[in-house]
Amino acid sequence: MFRRILIGAWRWLDDRLGISALIGPMARHLVPADARWWYVFGSATLCAFMVQVVTGVALAFSYIPSTSQAFDTLHFITDDAPFGHFLRGLHYFGASAMVLMVGAHAVQVYLFGSYKFPREMNWVTGVLLLAFTMVMGFTGQLLRWDQNAVWSVVVAAEQVGRVPLIGNWLAHFTLGGDTVGGATLSRFFAFHVFVVPAFIFAFVGLHLMLVLRHGISEPPKPGRPVDPKTYRQEYDALLKKEGVPFWPDAAWRDVVFSVATIAAMCLLALVFGPPELGKPPDPSIIAADPRPDWYLLWYFAVLAMLPHGMENWFMVIGPLLAGVVLILLPLLRNRGERSPRRRPWAIAIVVMVVTMIGTLWVAGGKSNWSPNFAAQPLPPKVIGATNGPVFEGAQVFHAKGCLNCHLIGPYGGRRGPNLTTVAGRLTADQMVLRIANGGVNMPAYASNLTPQQMDELVAFLQSRLPPPLRN
Amino acid sequence: MSESSLEQSPSELSRRQFLERLSIALGGATALLLTVPVVGFIMAPLIRKPPGAWRSVGKVDQFTVGETVAVNFLDASPLPWAGVTANNAAWLRRNTAEDFTAFAINCTHLGCPVRWLKDAKLFMCPCHGGVYYEDGKVAAGPPPRPLTRYSVRVRNGEVELRTGPLPLPKKPNHV
Repeated sequence: MFRRILIGAWRWLDDRLGISALIGPMARHLVPADARWWYVFGSATLCAFMVQVVTGVALAFSYIPSTSQAFDTLHFITDDAPFGHFLRGLHYFGASAMVLMVGAHAVQVYLFGSYKFPREMNWVTGVLLLAFTMVMGFTGQLLRWDQNAVWSVVVAAEQVGRVPLIGNWLAHFTLGGDTVGGATLSRFFAFHVFVVPAFIFAFVGLHLMLVLRHGISEPPKPGRPVDPKTYRQEYDALLKKEGVPFWPDAAWRDVVFSVATIAAMCLLALVFGPPELGKPPDPSIIAADPRPDWYLLWYFAVLAMLPHGMENWFMVIGPLLAGVVLILLPLLRNRGERSPRRRPWAIAIVVMVVTMIGTLWVAGGKSNWSPNFAAQPLPPKVIGATNGPVFEGAQVFHAKGCLNCHLIGPYGGRRGPNLTTVAGRLTADQMVLRIANGGVNMPAYASNLTPQQMDELVAFLQSRLPPPLRN
Repeated sequence: MSESSLEQSPSELSRRQFLERLSIALGGATALLLTVPVVGFIMAPLIRKPPGAWRSVGKVDQFTVGETVAVNFLDASPLPWAGVTANNAAWLRRNTAEDFTAFAINCTHLGCPVRWLKDAKLFMCPCHGGVYYEDGKVAAGPPPRPLTRYSVRVRNGEVELRTGPLPLPKKPNHV
């Protein structure tokens, strides 16, 4: 009886709302039978985004986008609100998953040549969604309104400030004024919560519509190039011959992988929790060490390692060029071989990009170019003396900031050359010359050291012998 | 409606064309009218230029000749809800009894806050390793130009600093 009422109610609703008529054909549309596990990254990205929407809405119930209160509300969410710690963690790892999955999806589509005819606009909308995802990642990091967020806004403003002609205008637009202030956070909140998600919803809709319109691309086979004149007939014939309905024959893999992705996000959120909040968002606290979240750490490394004079070009032209290349790719190369076995350059490009970003990511994590402000005076066992010129020279070495940038054994910074065994490669005269005049990445100390300090410093450095000479 | 009823007489055609254009024009005009206040509101911070303000950063006596110290001050016109974000800092150096130099804390590379190493007499940036001499000139690393300076004056025994915008790549020094 109850079941009959339920079925009747559903039928009435379905007739009036047209749910089955709308969803049914989409769910049952035919897809290539061999489109299997390589095809799960797009749906996993969408699921991660939905988790972001849900957790983001929940967090917005307590988060106040005001520069004076956001930091406190974040502490309340993290430390006091029930499930707040987990939700912030899930939102963070959801962002990470979204970045990873959208990247994996882009690589898979590129390697499979799925961007070729007739799916050029699938790729273009996907590129825009990739860009929106990165913007969401960056703006999300800023909503964690702590000291790191404040300085990240400043760095962003300085970068857009390098754009010719409109740089200052863009920087002021980014800051919401001419300095970081009351208007800054609410702007990023509006972008993160309303503007960019609206674009993501719109472009996800368009992307999915195009997936339905052109169908899921069949796995590529060597020797079967795309010919725009015949591709559609060949694809239709393939579906008629061996196509399977998307739901459930293909969709179950999407469901399994997406659930696994969400489970991994939940596990990471439970085990590691959200990223720690730093110092308060007070720009007058000078002891700061701004770092972006992991997905932008590679770019942070690029900015440190670029040759002088190339920065302006890279910061302005680099992202623009990358966007143009990605968007033009399917328009210029929309036919021919799809199989990666016949496209070795495609594999080489992916390997190169992944290796480059991976290497820069590791470099960004280490940040060897940053001075070590925590460097402590060298212990006597490292100095090898407790008084005399060598000992005094070690004190000068620390006091004058040399240790911030140079390693002596395991102590000090890595900005400059390792000086643990410098006496084996430089004479005393050469040392004096370098210390006094400086170099490309070293200040000149001529006016900053007394003759006695210089002598002591050189005595200390001359005692840094390679092991054979030391013995 | 039958196929034939859709065929248009010249008068109907003209009427339909008129209604079509009217709808597009009305819709477009309404959208434009709404766009002006919306865009104007969003862009307001760009149009409204807060004037710089002289802020006291301490009494002259509390600064030692030859020393560089951090001083805090409030933005020129902080919004009521700005909280601690309205705070700012500068590196102030007393050159002589009446002469002071104030540097913005922002590295000219990408704006990170530089730190003063008193004994080394150097400013160092934690982000990408920029280094400056005590007079603000670039000593090492990627910064393209010296540290930006604020205007400083002494009034009634107080050292005053004129606030300025975030130093941007295309802007000359505040002074």
